Amino acid sequence: MSKEKAFEQEFENKIENEIKIEPRDWMPEKYRENLIRQISQHAHSEVVGMLPEANWITRAPSLRRKVALLAKVQDEAGHGLYLYSATETLGARREDTVDDLHEGRAKYSNIFNYPSVTWADIGVIGWLVDGAAIQNQVMLTRTSYGPYSRAMVRICKEESFHQRQGYEIVLHMAKGTPEQKEMAQDALNRWWWPSLMMFGPSDKDSKHSQQSLAWKIKRQGNDELRQEFIDKTVPQAKYAGLTIPDPDLKWNEEKGVHDFGEIDWSEFMNVIKGNGPMNRSRIKARKAAKENGAWVREAATAYHEKKMKRAQQKQSAA
Amino acid sequence: MTIKEALFQYTLRQGDTSLILGHRLSEWCGHGPKLEQDIALINIALDLVGQSRSYLEYAARIEDKNRTEDDLAYHRAEREFKNLLLVEQPNGNWGNTIMRSFYYDVFHYLFLHELVKSKDEQIAAIAQKSLKEVTYHLKHNSDWVIRLGDGTEESHVIMQTAADELWMFTGEMFDMDEVDDILMKEGIAPDLKPLHSKWLQKVKDVFTEATLKVPPEDAWMQSGGKLKGIHSEQMGFILSEMQYLPRAYPDATW
Repeated sequence: MSKEKAFEQEFENKIENEIKIEPRDWMPEKYRENLIRQISQHAHSEVVGMLPEANWITRAPSLRRKVALLAKVQDEAGHGLYLYSATETLGARREDTVDDLHEGRAKYSNIFNYPSVTWADIGVIGWLVDGAAIQNQVMLTRTSYGPYSRAMVRICKEESFHQRQGYEIVLHMAKGTPEQKEMAQDALNRWWWPSLMMFGPSDKDSKHSQQSLAWKIKRQGNDELRQEFIDKTVPQAKYAGLTIPDPDLKWNEEKGVHDFGEIDWSEFMNVIKGNGPMNRSRIKARKAAKENGAWVREAATAYHEKKMKRAQQKQSAA
Repeated sequence: MTIKEALFQYTLRQGDTSLILGHRLSEWCGHGPKLEQDIALINIALDLVGQSRSYLEYAARIEDKNRTEDDLAYHRAEREFKNLLLVEQPNGNWGNTIMRSFYYDVFHYLFLHELVKSKDEQIAAIAQKSLKEVTYHLKHNSDWVIRLGDGTEESHVIMQTAADELWMFTGEMFDMDEVDDILMKEGIAPDLKPLHSKWLQKVKDVFTEATLKVPPEDAWMQSGGKLKGIHSEQMGFILSEMQYLPRAYPDATW
């Protein structure tokens, strides 16, 4: 058996036996690429996802909500950081990964290409968008790559807190004045379908799904995750007295799950292609942050070099 | 003016300054020069809004008119806000933001060092908690002033410009009036005069390391925000953004 074959065998055995793959282990190049793609996409989603929420910090309607939102957006920046670090364990450079985002080579969660129009959106984003993200991420705590799995354990804890906070905002508004209830319902109407699309196309149409499942990068298919999310969310909407905007949604006694209407994948494909209401603005904001901050990063580097040089001079003089 | 009235005003001044600086720093969220800096700035904003809540909650209790921290934050107009002019200044570039915070942090740190000795237990407790946070703010922002001042030629110019432009707002931090006099007699508030030379010394130390020039000590200083509620043209915009929801839906709670 060639050396390569032996490595591959060992890798397959680990996957088979649920032993995590660690950064120094041999791994197929495609596995590495697939992971870098997925983890960096996830990191970008955290960072781009800061924008629709940060947009509301200065307008949060109470100090308690303001503090909670600040803390939430801070958590997201933190998640972005660990995830970029996880891609670095695979040999990707953070700068390159970020450039891929800015140049449109890398994707981020499509959901953030929709605008957060009212305060109720902050509630619904927490409830549905973080809810859908958790559904995915809980599965990823069992992913085959060690650093990714461990990052997910930590991220999940924080996300479930965010989801509760989001739902609490929605619930409070739904039980509030008629205007507040209307605002909450309107936000649910706008975010429901995009949230379902967060799980990606049906497994039979998904480009990456099968290989990712085989390598145990993903542990459940898109359709299964989506179904679980719907089944969990329907009673929450009901409890809040809100209506999910899907006339075909109904409980299927026989299957023990909810049936739901057809997802408009043409909208999804269009938004992915860059035609969503916020695609341009999100990337523009991230690029501007990078460009406007260039002098700061250069200065920090220059200062660091000067400091090292001075320390050396001091040492050689002594 | 009664002690109670003085204490109410005093508490508002601290709460408003923290709130408005927290507001300004939040505007950076998602747009900082590096993810690590986004996190640091949000962290500082969080501390400040947290401190503001403690002060405003206490102010509402002192006032005893059935108002809450949110009533004070969201239902007062420009002239009723008692924050320093310095903290309402626009963010400008990253260097401006850092310099604005640095000037305030040096003061805030020295001030809290005295305020922890306040005979008002609640004020002393807020000061104690804030001091831990502000020790970090001061360290963070001093480090950045040094790094950027002594970084590249470009960053040096940006920092010197920021230092010069914001200088005229630093004198107000040390302004005092009847409110301070009454509370000083009660051992509740510290005398701000002796803090000025300490403030200047710390600024000089950091600027020396940062290769920045300290603007003239006898420069004309703006005042009126903290003592009189006369603000810059910025203030109305800050409040219209911050307060619009509770104002638009007065019957709602959030």
